Amino acid sequence: MAAAPTIAKAKDFVSDQDVRWCPGCGDYSILKNVQKVMPELGVPKQNVVFVSGIGCSSRFPYYMNTYGFHTIHGRAPAFATGIKASRPDLSVWVVTGDGDGLSIGGNHLLHTIRRNLDLQILLFNNRVYGLTKGQYSPTSREGMRTKSTPQGSIDHPIDPIAFALGAGATFVARTVDVDAPHLQEILHRAHAHKGTAFVEILQNCPVYNDNEWLEVEDRKTRVGAALMLHNGEPLVFGPKDARRGISIQDGVPSVVDLAADEDPIAAGVAVHDETHRSPSYAFALASLARPEFPLPTGVFRAVAKSTYESMLQAQVDDAFEQRGPGDLRALLHSGDTWTVEA
Amino acid sequence: MAQPKKPIEQVERVAIRFAGDSGDGMQLTGTKFTESTALAGNDLSTFPDFPAEIRAPAGSLAGVSGFQIHFASEDIRTPADQPDLLVALNPAALHANIEDLRPGGMVIVNSDAFTGKNLERAGYDGDPLPALEDRFRVVQIPLTALNREAIKDLKLGTRETDRCKNFFALGLMFWLYNRPVESTLRWLEGKFKGKVLEANQRVLKAGLHFGETTELFPVSFSVPKAKIQPGTYRNITGNTALAWGIVAAGVQLGKPVFLGAYPITPASDVLHELARYRHFGVKTFQAEDEIAAASASIGAAFAGQLAVSTTSGPGFILKQEALGLAVMTELPLVIVDIQRAGPSTGMPTKTEQADLLAALYGRNSDSPVPVLAPATPGDCFGTMIEAFHLAVKYMTPVIVLSDGYIANSSEPWLIPDIDTLPRFDVEYRTDPEGFLPYRRDPETLARPWAIPGTPGLEHRIGGLESEVDTGAVSYLPENHGRMVQLRAEKVARIAQDIPPAEVNGADRGELLVIGWGGTHGAITSAVNDARAEGQDVSSLHLRHLNPFPSNLGELLERYKQVLVAELNCGQLWRHLRAEFLVPAESLSKVEGQPFKVSELRERIDSMLGGRK
Ligand code: SF4
Repeated sequence: MAAAPTIAKAKDFVSDQDVRWCPGCGDYSILKNVQKVMPELGVPKQNVVFVSGIGCSSRFPYYMNTYGFHTIHGRAPAFATGIKASRPDLSVWVVTGDGDGLSIGGNHLLHTIRRNLDLQILLFNNRVYGLTKGQYSPTSREGMRTKSTPQGSIDHPIDPIAFALGAGATFVARTVDVDAPHLQEILHRAHAHKGTAFVEILQNCPVYNDNEWLEVEDRKTRVGAALMLHNGEPLVFGPKDARRGISIQDGVPSVVDLAADEDPIAAGVAVHDETHRSPSYAFALASLARPEFPLPTGVFRAVAKSTYESMLQAQVDDAFEQRGPGDLRALLHSGDTWTVEA
Repeated sequence: MAQPKKPIEQVERVAIRFAGDSGDGMQLTGTKFTESTALAGNDLSTFPDFPAEIRAPAGSLAGVSGFQIHFASEDIRTPADQPDLLVALNPAALHANIEDLRPGGMVIVNSDAFTGKNLERAGYDGDPLPALEDRFRVVQIPLTALNREAIKDLKLGTRETDRCKNFFALGLMFWLYNRPVESTLRWLEGKFKGKVLEANQRVLKAGLHFGETTELFPVSFSVPKAKIQPGTYRNITGNTALAWGIVAAGVQLGKPVFLGAYPITPASDVLHELARYRHFGVKTFQAEDEIAAASASIGAAFAGQLAVSTTSGPGFILKQEALGLAVMTELPLVIVDIQRAGPSTGMPTKTEQADLLAALYGRNSDSPVPVLAPATPGDCFGTMIEAFHLAVKYMTPVIVLSDGYIANSSEPWLIPDIDTLPRFDVEYRTDPEGFLPYRRDPETLARPWAIPGTPGLEHRIGGLESEVDTGAVSYLPENHGRMVQLRAEKVARIAQDIPPAEVNGADRGELLVIGWGGTHGAITSAVNDARAEGQDVSSLHLRHLNPFPSNLGELLERYKQVLVAELNCGQLWRHLRAEFLVPAESLSKVEGQPFKVSELRERIDSMLGGRK
């Protein structure tokens, strides 16, 4: 039988499994966009592996007609590490959620990011536990009332972007489940990045935490509520007639109102730099939160650093070159031996 | 070496224990003496016994580190119950070890260390040596002073100077037992440079010459070469053999090796060893924790590697959830648990065999995994090849239970001819025709190993229950029942690849002693001694704990009494009784120490109604 054609279409990435998310779940849109982008990446689908942990989002691999591994709660980055470290030729995608990735799996996420394996990590953030029926998650807002927090959550939430930056991520981005063009663009960027590409996808859970991200999902409110990051351009948001900008002084951001024709840079608005020497700039962006500030979407940081799997492979190649291919007989006879005559 | 002018007395077997502070280099001293003894052609068995603390308070009982070596001109299997000679570098080492010394045995002490403070730290009121004279031959040597004298012109600092004194003791032991010194001198040359090299060389030789000239030792001893199977030998520890077995499995199965591990005593040495073999295509990954180590290994197995994760007790338990996933997704994986005394952190450097039931039953739900246990340090090598072979042939995780005793102890190992090692052709599935992820081989029930990168075989696996054949997620009641049964049946069928259990001794009779893992040497020695005295006792050592060899049930019925000896509270004993309804008895020991031959003999004697 002939090999599968390398030029695939979106439908080639659709598996035969029935998709079992709740109606209206933001995951549908993400799935569709991922399937749309896949053939555009030029990777033969047999070389694509989706790895997930446990949770609503982690059902994702079942719906992709690629290789897929639905693993255990929180550990997907570790499984992906084993796959990528041993097989650098594969395109490995991790799908996780705010509970899976930042609660039970926080440790693995941290260390995988720090090692900078060439993976794409998509963290679907709906700020709630869906599959276990609605408990608060590590990204839930303080005070959120759920079944496990009837008087309101008293946990201080963690911000996924700040977490990834803190772990030394070389690529950090945020996008929105229903913003198809933006989501697709970020997926392309994430794939093109050599190293761990961490992407937070704001995702709506209509069943347990509806409209959590409505302001940035809704096209009408998005203009004022989201700050679209474009490399080399000033941090400007809002409608044309009421533009505003973000200035950052000593790491502290503030909002600057802009007059109709005012030059934002002259007005002190910061210019976005994905490759900024210091991650503190990206941290300042990560601290922008509603309602005081617009929520940034786009690429926060994209810098180059060597990847774990390439360095590991280089060590293997070096050892091979310097010592020749391993010789088992020589190994067993290395060091002191003695012979007992018959 | 200069010709000894004193008479040499020939002896058949000797056991020596080196003991000192954990900073005194006792493990190194013991290892160098062992290497030299191996080269002298004796059979030998060693037992390093050291504290978990890297540097416990100097001179304290808690900080005593010991290394015992038993060597002989005949076949031996244990480090010996009682040393014939104790070398004690300080009062604490004497206090912690003297009661183990054979009555009438010799103790050599560093008399310079028997001063007020040290005696106090060791819990002695006054000088303990005079009182020992009645029971032992006490030899006092001012080691510290002799050592300082030998290298004083090198003008090293006091600490650096004193650090050499273990090599003075080693040199003296080389003289006393007529061991070749060359291998140690060679080792020193590779290890040190300049003044430190010269100091150690000189001190080693000074120890030798001291033996020759002092009046304390009228004779020296020699132990003739052992009459053992011809061939080329090396000395090997269990952990080295285990690491080399992993390398060999990669070669023999023709697939790359991936090790995921997290540092833990006493398993870290396997990670260190394998990290040196990148030129064999071995990739080692030091993970952020035990869970990630197992998970990454399973990821690598999915991607087509011979994957292994090595650990010890507490780490093993952390891997159980990942192991369950490997059971569910039917991926080949080897998990090595080098057991140590527990529960919890327990006694990290002390041995135990108490993870058997955890290996058999320690996962949620019905989750069968084959379990193997090497019997001796050298046996770790072949066990690893076998474990990988079973893992890929049956597409299953396999657990290997080693233990702290065989991990660190050593024995002469007949280096196998690699042409005679088992070779296995491992095929990944490549043909998309008729491919289903859980369609099974009719003989082994293994599912195909279809790895990413193979066109036309794209498929999904996971921890959710899978439908028979297709692997699609299924919650159907009958399907789950069928899959549970298939997973169990697959592991049970491994029995067809396991050699029948073989008894040491008579094929039927009064008493059968059953053991597993690192107790092999002690049990075999005890049973052979008893048989030599005419007792009707045989032994059986299980290397395969799940599934059992298929003839085991039938064998058990041939003996009137069965004794299960193990370093736990009766785990195999319980399991055998449940499995075969045999009225077996249990001999258990949980002190962090291996069995003494005498302890086994006592129980054998009492079950047989006393010695003949
Ligand atoms: S519970 Fe929420 S996140 Fe989960 S599938 Fe339903 S809508 Fe989506």
